Amino acid sequence: MIDFADTRQLAAYVLMALGLAFDLVGCIGLVRLPDVYNRLQAGTKCVTLGTFLLLLGVVVRFGLNAMGWKALLCIWFVAMTSPTAAHAIARAAHRAGVPLATGSVLDRYREDGEARDGAGEDAAVRRGATP
Amino acid sequence: MSALELLMAGLVLAAGLCLWRAWLGPTAADCAVAVDLLGVLMVGFCALLTVQTGKDLYMVVGLAWSLLAFVGSLALAKHLEGRRFDD
Repeated sequence: MIDFADTRQLAAYVLMALGLAFDLVGCIGLVRLPDVYNRLQAGTKCVTLGTFLLLLGVVVRFGLNAMGWKALLCIWFVAMTSPTAAHAIARAAHRAGVPLATGSVLDRYREDGEARDGAGEDAAVRRGATP
Repeated sequence: MSALELLMAGLVLAAGLCLWRAWLGPTAADCAVAVDLLGVLMVGFCALLTVQTGKDLYMVVGLAWSLLAFVGSLALAKHLEGRRFDD
């Protein structure tokens, strides 16, 4: 006979430990990676998923009572707002002219911006001419 | 040291790494990224506090914190871009 309460607690702790692991990996990436875009990439994805799992641990631990529903709402908020904020910061950093790391080979956002802003018709023709 | 305290210590370590990046950050955008992540980490810390105390209050703090961190990050991004806040 499985003790159901204990199993649930164990599952909650496993979820929270996984979430903490993701948080730590994200923060190590934030410190170690070379430029702001890479740091955003590592940090935002890992920390969002880590917080997601920590909150899911709360849901599993308490079930769907007042705390569980609030944790679910919190998951929804974090999952919606964190990528949006990261996108806004990345766009702002690019527009503020933060340079890419030295090993970078491609900057699609700048290319698109040149095609959009610079000498409209010429750029459109060039874009159409080169597949 | 209970398992929960161990988890909290790990989260404090992660927050310390974030602060290290905010201190170090060569550009202002790096600091903005670090502060944004710190807000999300604190929501996770509120979740751990909820489990430890069994109180509803901390989850409410986490809810408010997640939304305020979002608004703060958007304001920082707008400031980085050099636009006014009422733009």
